[in-house]
Amino acid sequence: MSITFLIVNLLLWVLVAVLALTAAVRSKALFREGATEGARDFVLLLPRIMIGVVGSGYIAAIMPQNMITTWIGPNSGILGITIATLAGAITPGGAVVGFSVGAAALKGGGGAPQVIAYTTAWSLYALTRLINWEVAMMPARVVWLRAAVSIPLPFLAGIGAMLIGHP
Amino acid sequence: MAERRRVSSFEWSTAVIGGISLTSGTIVYLRDGYARFVAILTNDLGLFASMLPKMAAGCLVSAFVTRLLPREVVARLVGTESGLLGLLIATLMGAALPGGPLTIYPVAGAFLVLGADAGTAIAFITAWNLLGYNRALIWEMPFFGSDFVFWRIMVALPLPFLAGALARGVLSLAARRGTQA
Repeated sequence: MSITFLIVNLLLWVLVAVLALTAAVRSKALFREGATEGARDFVLLLPRIMIGVVGSGYIAAIMPQNMITTWIGPNSGILGITIATLAGAITPGGAVVGFSVGAAALKGGGGAPQVIAYTTAWSLYALTRLINWEVAMMPARVVWLRAAVSIPLPFLAGIGAMLIGHP
Repeated sequence: MAERRRVSSFEWSTAVIGGISLTSGTIVYLRDGYARFVAILTNDLGLFASMLPKMAAGCLVSAFVTRLLPREVVARLVGTESGLLGLLIATLMGAALPGGPLTIYPVAGAFLVLGADAGTAIAFITAWNLLGYNRALIWEMPFFGSDFVFWRIMVALPLPFLAGALARGVLSLAARRGTQA
């Protein structure tokens, strides 16, 4: 794990270096803008994500573990995937909410395939996001078609994870 | 490029989660004691800290890719392709193009204007949602760890393609119904 970990980090930073160099060759301003925005985003996102990550640990600790294991635990099967998918669809709010709830569920005894179904459903068709963002910016026909064809995807992702036995 | 992705410094979602976390943390402290409180904190902060290099790299990659791969180029690349190759390119571009909904939906809208079908736009949006490295590196990794995220992406790989193909199926079915009626 730790070797893979190092290699992935190394590759990522090689990618950063290549992109930064490409930008610098095009123009100094392009490089400066990219570096500044990247650094600024990192600093601004840091506290937000930290609150979510630490918070999910405490939320998991006070959630009724029995209930979580029964509903969306590793042995909850397709029914658990269905419950998780529905929960993903009705989760309101931004990324912090979706990921905090997902991480809390995983730490609190939820099964990995069920949590994968949850994050997939939340990413693809959280209702508040569809209504607040997508309908405002895309033709409604396309939005609803996208939502409709996305309905089976969290199930496929969850079942896929169950079949391969990972994570 | 004026309305590029902007990270605002305050967000209601974070405030709500912060409030719930604070309450939960207090309950844990009062109910389970100091040791448990600190154990959870150090455990979660450990994961968070170990993901910092990836998050920083993710932010920089996003910022540079936004500049080196202009949205107009992506729109032209995907918007003028059709068939299965179109779905494949849409999937790749959806995974590659960083940014939030403010960036992604206008690009997908531009495909439609350039003549791509709804299936292509849907594959693109699905790929952005499920395969985008931006979200995986910066958001998902600190919450779930790299092993979980890796396998989540593995099982999601075929899904954007599938969503696009399904959408095309629905549209052609509807078209056939239309001509019959």
